[in-house]
Amino acid sequence: MATVIIPTPLRKFTNQNSRVQVSGSSVQEAIGDLTLNFPDLKKNLLDENGKLRSFVNVFVGEEDIRNLQNEQTQLQPDSTISIIPAIAGGSH
Amino acid sequence: MLLLNKPIVAQLSEDALRTFPDECCGFLLGLEKHDYRAIEEIIVVNNAKEGDKRRRFEITAKDYLKAEQYAENKGLTLLGVYHSHPNHPSVPSEHDRVVAQPYFSYIILSVNVSHVESIRSWRLNDDLQFEEEKIHTLVNSLTQ
Repeated sequence: MATVIIPTPLRKFTNQNSRVQVSGSSVQEAIGDLTLNFPDLKKNLLDENGKLRSFVNVFVGEEDIRNLQNEQTQLQPDSTISIIPAIAGGSH
Repeated sequence: MLLLNKPIVAQLSEDALRTFPDECCGFLLGLEKHDYRAIEEIIVVNNAKEGDKRRRFEITAKDYLKAEQYAENKGLTLLGVYHSHPNHPSVPSEHDRVVAQPYFSYIILSVNVSHVESIRSWRLNDDLQFEEEKIHTLVNSLTQ
């Protein structure tokens, strides 16, 4: 099973777990399994069409899935998936 | 309440002054107890915003990933983000609010060319509005 690393702002939706084991052979299946087990995560990660929200970055290992095959990126049993919120702001 | 020791305050101020008139940014790492957060380390990161860095900041996903991994290796928690408002108050803008993450502490430093005017911290409430988080400055770290 692959491992998903949950960023601190979203851990309140995973019972404070920082790492969650998920099943699935692709990122899409893994995120689907994750949101099945932790439904409150869904609105933070996915839009109404079930696609990853634009301000959510997903890495497999050290690589952004946008540089791989996006949500169809294939996973190995030892893959580590990181969910990374966009961090930005500014004065005015 | 957010606990900052004096060396942390000095590091935050130094970064805000060094990057003026651009906005600085970075991460806050520490320990969370039931009624306070103690910031033990900061990670200074590059403002990756393409465009007007004098009023915008952005942190890359790779920098976020590194910070989260560093925090885990050190037994700390990634508790928030800091940034500066050059020549503006240390109050979150509407842009700050819209892009803010829940849970995180957002330290904002108001800075001008010669000194840091004020340092304040903010957190989103359940209605996604910022509320001020009181800062208490310590002489030494809680864990040292």
